[in-house]
Amino acid sequence: MTDETQQIHEVIDRVIRPEQVHRDVYTSPGIFRLEMRNLFPNSWVYVGHESQTPNPGDYITTQIGDQPLLQVRHSDGEIKVLYNRCPHKGTKIAIDKAGNTGKFFRCPYHAWSFKTDGCLLAIPLKKGYQGTGLEGTEAAKGMAAVGSWHNYRGFIFARLAREGIAFEDFFGDSLSSLDNMVDRSPVGSLTVAGAPLRYMHRCNWKMLVENQTDTCHPMVAHESSAGTAVKIWESMDKTEDTPKPPAMEIIAPFMSPYEFFENMGIRTWPNGHGHTGVHHSIHSDYSAIPGYFESMVEAYGEDRAKEILGENRHNTVYFPNIMIKGPIQQLRNFIPLAADKTLVESWIFRLDGAPDQLVARTAMYNRMINAPTSMVGHDDLEMYERAQEGLMADGLEWVNVQRLYEEGEDLSQEAVLNGTTERQMRNQFNAWKRFMIGGAA
Amino acid sequence: MKPEEITDFVYDEAWMLDQGQFHDWLDLWLPEAIYWMPLNWNQQDPINETSLLYEDNFMLRLRVERLHGARTFSQKPKSRCHHVLNRPRIEEVSDDEARVVTQMHYVETRLDEQMLLALTVRHHLKRVDGKIMIAGKRVDILNCDAAFGNIQLLP
Repeated sequence: MTDETQQIHEVIDRVIRPEQVHRDVYTSPGIFRLEMRNLFPNSWVYVGHESQTPNPGDYITTQIGDQPLLQVRHSDGEIKVLYNRCPHKGTKIAIDKAGNTGKFFRCPYHAWSFKTDGCLLAIPLKKGYQGTGLEGTEAAKGMAAVGSWHNYRGFIFARLAREGIAFEDFFGDSLSSLDNMVDRSPVGSLTVAGAPLRYMHRCNWKMLVENQTDTCHPMVAHESSAGTAVKIWESMDKTEDTPKPPAMEIIAPFMSPYEFFENMGIRTWPNGHGHTGVHHSIHSDYSAIPGYFESMVEAYGEDRAKEILGENRHNTVYFPNIMIKGPIQQLRNFIPLAADKTLVESWIFRLDGAPDQLVARTAMYNRMINAPTSMVGHDDLEMYERAQEGLMADGLEWVNVQRLYEEGEDLSQEAVLNGTTERQMRNQFNAWKRFMIGGAA
Repeated sequence: MKPEEITDFVYDEAWMLDQGQFHDWLDLWLPEAIYWMPLNWNQQDPINETSLLYEDNFMLRLRVERLHGARTFSQKPKSRCHHVLNRPRIEEVSDDEARVVTQMHYVETRLDEQMLLALTVRHHLKRVDGKIMIAGKRVDILNCDAAFGNIQLLP
């Protein structure tokens, strides 16, 4: 073990205990840098969706942590994931969110050009490099590709490191949540619907990820929005056939009692993945959309259609930093920018072959719950930012994630527990520790 | 409608919001009216894509009730806002209906933070029982696609 590796081990060992984590994991810029150097490159991290780059030459600019990336559709029809950096002097090749580059990328600084798989195509005045040994440099190899990437049913994930854990080994059975989200389309595919909500959070990215499986906060933090919605509805003069406003269907379940969340269950998988809503969820009682079930039965047969739609997984966390909601086709990406700064992108998907009302409900959910203008989002962000400030208090150093902890907890095994357990948070920190050190399951 | 009535209405509405008279503000809205704040520049579809806001009377009422709630932690302490308006530009007008567009600067503040937004505000107004009411409102934020922190009041 080198001195540096030894030092990393010591730092990481110091901040993670089975049932508590040191506040430094949220506040230390040094630990944030280690996350960027070790955790994110060694994990499989979400890049984008294939429907964002449907045609050859289509690209999006994206990022994994602090690494600028391009997802691009090459002329052979395959998607590539490249670093968004000219190998000459470092200029970002593209800065718009999406576009089509044609057959090649051209750096706007000195016009070095590259095929859409990154290979160097041409340099102006190339004779100036004759005899200089350019061909032996990394610049001559063109735009660098990330270590590995994988298209899983339309979702592109990348591992920056050249060597490391394989995609299937990293995700294992947790891919069942992504499968369920895609299977909800009668033709088995999704398309990104419009631009994402972008919401800046002045707090650590892990607070957001932890909150996705925190089932003890909704009835407290969201009383102001969900509780008020219920109160208004109850105070209204209404008859039996008064239609329930969408706010009641979407926001009111956040006020469900502790018992509802206890009974819904949490499942954890190895490598930090897990989901709430094993038995039912806040999405279980949405009203039926005319024609949808019929189209599912036609595509899959009645038994399979019921099985697909019977899953009500609430939030599935894919370690390290995304959450998906299968029943309403949403993906939230928690992009770390600094120890105390996180960009949240909330994307929605259209179910190909399904009625428009489904994507309309998804868009409604997104703006009601996840927008910088949404009341529910205000509740959450207030709590994260208060935590980021509160953690500076020197009187206490540890953050407690002990709820329903049992000594000797085996996080290498899938498990289903009481829905108010903090096991999924412990599961994430267990994976965090291993990937920070550079290892894998 | 007379031009002065229309412009007075637009100025008065902004003043109400700045004074925190949210219940009075709710009374300006017709029951079927929608408040739309697009997420994208020149967004056409408010239904099948995400918006920042696309709210009916129930949601606006929820928003206002929440601002006054005892456990609305993100409003302890409360936010304040301030609108500065350009002269409203009347685009269509008849006896009982008008469409008007107004450029505004919107400032929202809470604790030590202050945020400035540049807005293009489109009102659809109708006269009902002699009173001018909001039949619809669309607010386009100049940098609608930027990553914001909380926007808690009503631009």
